[in-house]
Parts: sequence; C-alpha cells; structure tokens
Amino acid sequence: MKELDSIQKRLLMEIADLHGVPEGAFNIRANGESAARASTANIEIVPKAEGKGIDIHIAPNTKNESVHIPVVLTKTGLKEVVYNDFYIGENADVTIVAGCGIDNCGPKDAEHDGIHRFYVGKGAKIRYVEKHYGSGDGSGKRILNPGTEVYMEENSTAEMEMVQIKGVDDTTRTTTAELAAGAKLVVRERLMTHGDQRAISVYVVHLNGEGSSADVVSRSVARDRSFQKFDAKIVGSAPCSGHTECDSIIMDEGRILAVPGLEANHVDAALVHEAAIGKIAGEQLIKLMTLGLTEQEAEEQIINGFLS
Amino acid sequence: MLELQHLSFRVDTEGQDKEILEDINLLIPNGKLIVITGPNGGGKSTTARIIAGIEKPTEGRILLDGEDITELGVTERARAGIAYAFQQPVRFKGIKVRDLVRLAAGKKISTGEACSYLSAVGLCARDYIDREVNASLSGGELKRIEIATVLARGSRLSVFDEPEAGIDLWSFQNLIEVFQNMRKNIRDSSIVIISHQERILNIADEIVVLVGGKIQKQGNRDEILPELLSSGAARQVCRGAV
Repeated sequence: MKELDSIQKRLLMEIADLHGVPEGAFNIRANGESAARASTANIEIVPKAEGKGIDIHIAPNTKNESVHIPVVLTKTGLKEVVYNDFYIGENADVTIVAGCGIDNCGPKDAEHDGIHRFYVGKGAKIRYVEKHYGSGDGSGKRILNPGTEVYMEENSTAEMEMVQIKGVDDTTRTTTAELAAGAKLVVRERLMTHGDQRAISVYVVHLNGEGSSADVVSRSVARDRSFQKFDAKIVGSAPCSGHTECDSIIMDEGRILAVPGLEANHVDAALVHEAAIGKIAGEQLIKLMTLGLTEQEAEEQIINGFLS
Repeated sequence: MLELQHLSFRVDTEGQDKEILEDINLLIPNGKLIVITGPNGGGKSTTARIIAGIEKPTEGRILLDGEDITELGVTERARAGIAYAFQQPVRFKGIKVRDLVRLAAGKKISTGEACSYLSAVGLCARDYIDREVNASLSGGELKRIEIATVLARGSRLSVFDEPEAGIDLWSFQNLIEVFQNMRKNIRDSSIVIISHQERILNIADEIVVLVGGKIQKQGNRDEILPELLSSGAARQVCRGAV
C-alpha cells in the first residue's frame, strides 16, 4: 500500500469516516492511481485496463459485507474520468461506501468524474453511501461530476444516500435507474452550497416492472450566491409507485430551480412530486432564540437539523 | 419578579394607529402564579410576546428583578431568565425532541433527564425522545413538547400562552398537575399563564383581566374568580372540556 499524506488522510475521514484501512473489500484511489486495494472471498475488485477504474464483483448471497471505494485528489490541475462497475449477485446484501474528496490549493481546476454502474441482481439489496467534499484555498475549482446508473432486476432494493455539504465548486450529478418488477429504489440526497457554487442534480428513473417503486428525496440549502437545480423525472410504464420530493431552504442571494417531471405510461402508475422552496421561517428562529440561542446559532441548528 | 410600567403597544393598520395595549401596569411577584384572562383580542398574547421580547412596546418599561430589560432582544431576555411557551408551537424538520429539550436546558443532559421533562407533560418519553419535531406530531403532542421545553429551562419567569389550546381532555388534567407541580417548586421564580380555562384560573394566586388592551380587574383569585364567573365575563371563561 502506498503511504497517504496527511491531507489525503483527512479527506478520507471526511468522505468515508475512515481512520485507516477499512475492513472488508476496498480500493483507495489517490491522485489518479490506486493506493491500496483488497478483495475478499465474496467480493472481488478487478482493475480495468489503463487505470480507468475497477470492476467490483459481489458473489450471490453475500451477506453483511461492505465495500469501500473512496477517491482523494490533492493535485491541482488533475482531471480524471473513472468507470467503476458493480456486479451484485442475486440475494446479496451489502453496503457500498464511495465518495470523493478534493483538496485543491493550486491555481488550476481539479476534477473527478466518477461513473458508477450498478447491476443489481434478483432479490439483492444494496446500501450505497456517497459523500463529496472539497477543501483547499487555491483559486482552482474543485469539480465533481458523478454519473450513477442503476439497473435493478426483479425484487432488488437499492438505498442510496448522496451527500455534498461543503467545498465543491461545481457539480453535475446525473443518476439514472431502470427498475424491473418488484424492485425498490430509495434515494436521499443532502446538499448544501455556498459562495458561488453551482450544483445540478438530475434523476431519471424508469419504473418498468409491475410493483416497482421509487422514492427520491432531496433536502438542500443554498447560501450566499450559489445556484442549485433539482431535475427529477420518474417514468412509470407499469403498475408502480413513484415519489420525488425537493425540499429546500434558500438564503442570502441563493437561487434554486426545481423541475418536477412525471411521465405515466400506464393507468396504474401512481406518481407524485412535491417541491417546496422557502427561507427559514421567522417563528423557527424566534422559538430557538427564546431558548437562549443567538439568531446565528438558531440558523445553524435549523440547517443542521434539516440536513441531518 | 417582573414589572410592566406604563406599557403601550400600537400597530399601524391601513394607515391608522390601533392601540393594542394601553398603559398597562402590572407587577408579577416572585413565588406567584398569575393567570391573565379576558376576551379574544384583548391583548393577552401581545403582552406575552412583549415580555418575551418578540414585540417591542411603543411606550413603557419592563423590569426583571429591578433591571430594565426593555431594550433587550429575545436571546438576551431568554438568557436573563425568561421562558416562553408559544400558543402555536413551531415545527422543525430534522430537529429531534431530544435536541430541542437539550437546547432548552442549555447544556448537555442525559437521556433520563430529557425523558423526565417529557414524562412530566404526560408523554411516554421513550416513544418521543427520538421523534422529529415535525408535521408527524399532532397539535396536542407538539403543545406538550413545547411545555416540556419551558420546564427544561428552569427560568425565573415562565410565560405560557394558552397552554390548554389543542390539548385533549384526557391530557388536560395532566396539564393542571404540571402547573401545580411548577407552582410547588416555584421558590424565587414566577409563572404567567394566559388562559380562558376555569380550571387554570382555579390554580392561580392572582388573576388579571385584560379587556380591550386595558387591565379591567386585578387581584387575588378568591376575589376575582367569583366575580368573573357570575358576571357577563363568565361567558368568556370556558368551564367544560377544552
């Protein structure tokens, strides 16, 4: 294993709560190359040619195992596109922790575009956690453009938690999913932008099979002059149920655009979209101030709770 | 001890000054439970909001234990020892009951301690401590949590704005017990409750009747309550269920 420097270790902590080498299967990518990798009896990680990513094979019926594949970037000017493909065997039940941390102290942009494809076998269940984090005071931007494709076979389940709280200047996140009969997709996105940041989140979920369901919920806070766009579309082509929700707090001179999209191609497709954008309610601030908090402390509590 | 001196509050409605409170003089001594009652629109809630610092009086002074707090904001008044329970409690997405009680206590408290405040208002603490203070809670549940946050503050002056509103009959007796217990342990603090309820008026040391922005009557319970019940004002006092 290559030794990580202290900044890389700090980024690993932020995105994957990792203090050292994780248990189970893992691949740690640092500045464009693999720094450490381990497979287990049930989970095999195979590098693609030319360092363009990895294939992760999870054997059928693998239970209670985890895969960590964090990425850290600390070199200004580095741009990379990485393809990671997950093949999840039937009836497996695993947790996958991804995430990317960029520390850019230099003048050039640093960019990581991770394309993750999930092939979720029949009856399999995954919990996927992806955290994005940026730091460093260089003038170069920290850019992340993650692409997630999820192909779900019958009765499979995917719970995805996407978090970006700090420091990423520019991000376009595109998530597409195709669900067969009985498959269930749950997405929880939490986002906070500040400064002049820009974050675009696009979801296109196809409910193709009978009894499939999707629940995509985004909670976000836009501060300073930042801009967010939440563009979520659910296409129901069978008896199915779909729900998307965008719940946002707007502050300062922030801007938020919510674009609801529902397409029903079947009479028994039940699709719902909810969107609410608003500033912090004055009564909420006053209530916490009557408990002795300053206005700023009250605001922090409300935002922390909202994004928890 | 809280003192309101020549307190007035005017608002501008459609270009006209409207007097909500007019020259209110009120002394709330330590060791006393005071109930402010009167018809709707009489200025009761405004008085409570002015005490908490949410509204600023147009004229007059507010003294807490002799110290002029008229110019202090909501946060400073809270820190000076004033607690305030909202008539319509606020909901928060993502903030748990546990967080709110801890913020109210102003320090780290154990789960057991947090639960004791919830139990005191008749909530099964274990079922509520990790719930979010959001739309999933009923009005009555929220109201009881609101009262629990005031208990957790342990303040010199606690103000409750219509605590019975939205609380079901079964919980109402429990609420009376909460106030009786507070009254027992009152020591150097005082309690102000805004209410129409006869059973709350019944536990008052003193009753203040606020009508049309002015104090109409003020005195010991035994003196004021019979008058209230026998006069026309009785119609304003709710004797039955909430």
